[in-house]
Amino acid sequence: MTSLPGSPPAKRLGLVIDLDTCVGCHACAVACKEWNAGGHSAPLTDLDPYGADPTGVWFNRVHSFEAGEGERGRTVNFPRSCLHCDEPACVTVCPTGASYKRAEDGIVLVNPDTCIGCKLCSWACPYGAREYDEHEGVMKKCTLCIDRIENLTLPEAERVPACVSTCPAHARHFGDLGDPASAVSRLVAERGGFDLMPELGYRPVNKYLPPRPRAALPRPAEDTSPETGLSGFLGWVDRVLSR
Amino acid sequence: METLDLSPAVSDEVTCTTCYMCACRCGIRVHLKGGQIRHIEGNPDHPVNRGVLCAKGAAGIMNHLSPARLRKPLKRVGPRGEGAFEEIGWDEALDLAHAWLAEARAKDPSRLAFFTGRDQSQALTGWWAQAFGTPNFAAHGGFCSVNMAAAGLYTLGGSFWEFGEPDFERTKLFLMFGVAEDHDSNPIKTGLARLKARGARFVSVNPVRTGYSAIADEWVPVRPGTDGALVLALIHELFRTRKIDLEFLSAWTNAPWLLIDAPGTAEHGLFARGDDGRPLVADAAGAVHPWDAAGVSPSLTASVTLRDGRRARPVFVSMAERYLDPAHAPDRAEAVTGIAASRIRALAAELARVAFEETITVGTPWTDWRGVRHERFVGRPVAFHAMRGISAHANGFQTCRALHLLQMLLGAVDCPGAWRYKSPYPRPTPPPIRPGGRLGEVAPGTPLPRPPLGFPMGPDDLLVDEAGGALRIDKAYSWEAPLAAHGMMHLVIRNAWAGDPYPVDVLFLYMANMAWNSAMNSAGTAAMLTDTNADGSYRIPRIIYADAYASETVAYADLVLPDTTYLERHDAISLLDRPIGSAEGPADAIRHPVVAPDRDVRPFQDVLLDLGARLGLPGMVREDGTPRFPGGYADYIVNHERAPGIGPLAGWRGADGSKQGKGEPNPGQLGRYIENGGFWKMRLPDEALFMKFANRAYLEHAAAMGFIARPEPIVLQAYVEPLQRFRLAAMGHGERQPPEHLRARLVACLDPLPVWYPPFEGAAVDRAAFPLHAVTQRPAAMYHAWGSQNAWLRQIHGENRLYMNRGTAEALGIADDDWVHVTSHHGRITVQVRLMEGVEASTVWTWNAIGKRAGAWALDPRAPEATRGFLLNHLISEHLPEAAGEGRLNADPVTGQAAWYDLRVRVEKAVGTHAATGPALPPLKAPPGIAAPSGPLRFGAAFGRSPENRARAR
Repeated sequence: MTSLPGSPPAKRLGLVIDLDTCVGCHACAVACKEWNAGGHSAPLTDLDPYGADPTGVWFNRVHSFEAGEGERGRTVNFPRSCLHCDEPACVTVCPTGASYKRAEDGIVLVNPDTCIGCKLCSWACPYGAREYDEHEGVMKKCTLCIDRIENLTLPEAERVPACVSTCPAHARHFGDLGDPASAVSRLVAERGGFDLMPELGYRPVNKYLPPRPRAALPRPAEDTSPETGLSGFLGWVDRVLSR
Repeated sequence: METLDLSPAVSDEVTCTTCYMCACRCGIRVHLKGGQIRHIEGNPDHPVNRGVLCAKGAAGIMNHLSPARLRKPLKRVGPRGEGAFEEIGWDEALDLAHAWLAEARAKDPSRLAFFTGRDQSQALTGWWAQAFGTPNFAAHGGFCSVNMAAAGLYTLGGSFWEFGEPDFERTKLFLMFGVAEDHDSNPIKTGLARLKARGARFVSVNPVRTGYSAIADEWVPVRPGTDGALVLALIHELFRTRKIDLEFLSAWTNAPWLLIDAPGTAEHGLFARGDDGRPLVADAAGAVHPWDAAGVSPSLTASVTLRDGRRARPVFVSMAERYLDPAHAPDRAEAVTGIAASRIRALAAELARVAFEETITVGTPWTDWRGVRHERFVGRPVAFHAMRGISAHANGFQTCRALHLLQMLLGAVDCPGAWRYKSPYPRPTPPPIRPGGRLGEVAPGTPLPRPPLGFPMGPDDLLVDEAGGALRIDKAYSWEAPLAAHGMMHLVIRNAWAGDPYPVDVLFLYMANMAWNSAMNSAGTAAMLTDTNADGSYRIPRIIYADAYASETVAYADLVLPDTTYLERHDAISLLDRPIGSAEGPADAIRHPVVAPDRDVRPFQDVLLDLGARLGLPGMVREDGTPRFPGGYADYIVNHERAPGIGPLAGWRGADGSKQGKGEPNPGQLGRYIENGGFWKMRLPDEALFMKFANRAYLEHAAAMGFIARPEPIVLQAYVEPLQRFRLAAMGHGERQPPEHLRARLVACLDPLPVWYPPFEGAAVDRAAFPLHAVTQRPAAMYHAWGSQNAWLRQIHGENRLYMNRGTAEALGIADDDWVHVTSHHGRITVQVRLMEGVEASTVWTWNAIGKRAGAWALDPRAPEATRGFLLNHLISEHLPEAAGEGRLNADPVTGQAAWYDLRVRVEKAVGTHAATGPALPPLKAPPGIAAPSGPLRFGAAFGRSPENRARAR
């Protein structure tokens, strides 16, 4: 079994995902796939890519579902990836130490050289965030783009995960959720960001922002138009234009 | 713990070019490592996408590497449709194409039908068709959005999507109509995010609650094809409650222009004009003046007697009379649209409240065309956007017109917070181009005097013969579709097969999957392509198809010209075509080869110019007969001049690259584009940013840049006079007369003021037999047919279901996952359902263009796209049911837009067990050299920390 860092990381890098503006377009999922296929976890193998049952490794998947009934219900677009939990059972369950949580920033990673592909971690993760690469025989997962976020060969503004950089609806934010003054922490505070399934006790770092409240259309004032019919209307027009 | 390299080199080369995974034309940065494409991302500097990129764009690399890429020219060697081809060299392919085309041109150029699909080089392809001399040219707009383009251009001189955009930064109330997750993709998403962050209200009118509608503050589930009735009810409410911007109407629209009021005469409903032809207005005292005379305050209400004794009254009086009528009241609209009258009234009140009580200003002084100085721009912060759900109905033109009229009544056109023109629009209403190919204009070996596509002003501009019959193969610009500004691609194969109005010798198609999803009646279309005459010859004698991929249509070609991918060629995103400018200023862009093709393929545009030179087409050869553009499309992009100083690209013109808009060709132009990230943009001066239709600074700028001929005002056309000219003909006036059977329809549907009428298919079928509407939405992650070959996107959308309202389905005894038969007047399909809450009760829908024919696109014939995907196209006919009258088109009667959203169906639980969707057409055989590869796809292993690279490092 694998130990967590001796003291909980002060820096807690993670994502804040805004369910108010996510339109479920899958841009984040594909940008993630593209970046990571050639990056830290290369490749993200696709089996039977042009066949009857294409399946591949994706670190980020978007689910669309409905909540509530009829017109008052909502269509929810819900991106799902590793939440980089403070209490990651996927790490503690790992028999080889391949899964680990970084002391520096809390990112949960897998060392492919020591992963034996036993899949215990994917059984332990309640969020379904682990992705087994059957062809390689190792477990893979979201790295928060560990090869982008501190990459000194990139301009500073681009040192964010690929999913954040590409999101057209600006529904994804990246930062240090361990720092209450960070932009992401403030966003969570302002918008009532929440944990996914907090009752399980894994203390996810990633947060979701709920949809903003939707104000009903105001009811129009009582009808006050004094004159009806075309001639009354045209008379009003002339009065307005002659002012 | 492992040792990590946190700063690996991403790439050794980055090239900026333009995406082609949909119609947005976003800027992309392509990262190369070891000469291979490693990564594609949005270009942060690009005006369209500002760094973001959608799922399609990020998956572009899988289209570029697709095993469905054609590899070499192909010549058919077996029966059509069976996929028996031999690979041939380019010399042979071009000789063959040249021989067929030369023969047609020498005989009669209209024996060539040249149609392109989602072609982004229409400035070239249209020019080529004109030089060839055939009127039979168009792209896919007749299928897509010609109703939006035509309604917008005749009304505002701009349009939703292509030639205009909502002011997402400033609007306080945004209404979106019928956007099926489609155009435009990234700008809408980025705009909605900015709008919602400001707390502005977003209302989506759409029968389906997915995508954008899912994040709307207000979802208005309108019945398909009834949006026009809803909009007219909103207009009624604005009139009834007197919430109308009278000053705006008076100053900037033709609402005060006088209409001749002489029922039964040939000029009834035309503008009263002075001796010089200028439309007239009356002042409050009843004196008549030219509309643009200095110092005149036109009345909106004063009816007058003209010098010749005829009565005339302002357009506005006709508007008031019509829209105050209780026929347009919300209570009536409720029964049609399914939207409660109280809700319609609330929406109208909110539109008026925001427009008139939450006015915003931009404090820049400006001067209008009359010379009147205004201290600031006044904004009515209500913005609209609309797209295919409005467009693809037989009443789509008028519905879109109704929306534009609503904008005018609110004074919400090109002001801060409203819908704004994308530069280089506005253009005159409509642009001053009339379609070429009138009687006598098509002659052997002769170019057309004008482009094949344009904007008719009346019956004289129609392309019809003395008997009123169509002169174009698709019958565009005939009495069936007088304003068919994008042509009618959906009728080409059917008409060429039927020899109606005449047969063609060569059907030449470019990236238009017309044997499958770009056809209505897909199975019938395939049969037409293979049908033979009594002597065994094909009804459509010769088919040339150019595409990059082994689509369904390849199997039906006699000659296949393989194109490159979008990362292997030059392109111009041109102001002459479909520009990418914004409200802040014009912009254009290029594509240029990021990598060289690894196959024996050529860019289609190079091939087209090569064929043009071989044919000796004007503009494509020098006086000595040698090719004018030996350097292919790149040479053309730089050196072609459409008018002196005006070419495909507006940036870095002039010998030293110092000019914009107009200037002599610059040999270094493409290099300057590449240095600048693949695009050029220019910001308008602050005083020219709004009210462009009347803004002197803007109009002078536009004339100097060559966007408009003269710096003259563009008057918003609340009343579209050309429509009345067609109606008067239908009433029996004038030389050119429509066929008898179309008269009543022309009078009813070509109304010069917006009207709503029920979609034709619904009116012609038994409502009890076909009680449901069936429409499609485009998945944001896969919006064109060419996505299905994409190894990543097909994992997101590999199959589709028929989505049904839960209550409606349960009443029919249909449960989630059941298989059902869907039947229209034309056909039947068998599919699997998914029930949902967020769909209007009488509507069923599915994702567009997921279903593929088995064997196409280098997919395994057992691919889910073929076995569990499906198209609604099988249910849609080119013609209306016979009850509507023989041979009536399933199209908008104004523009000929294919009315594929008018589809009416019934859904019944299927008996027996089903494992696959139907009908299943026989599998296609892959062309030579095309095969679905077996084994896993390990894209990226060469670039990243893959097992092999880790082993190498150890």
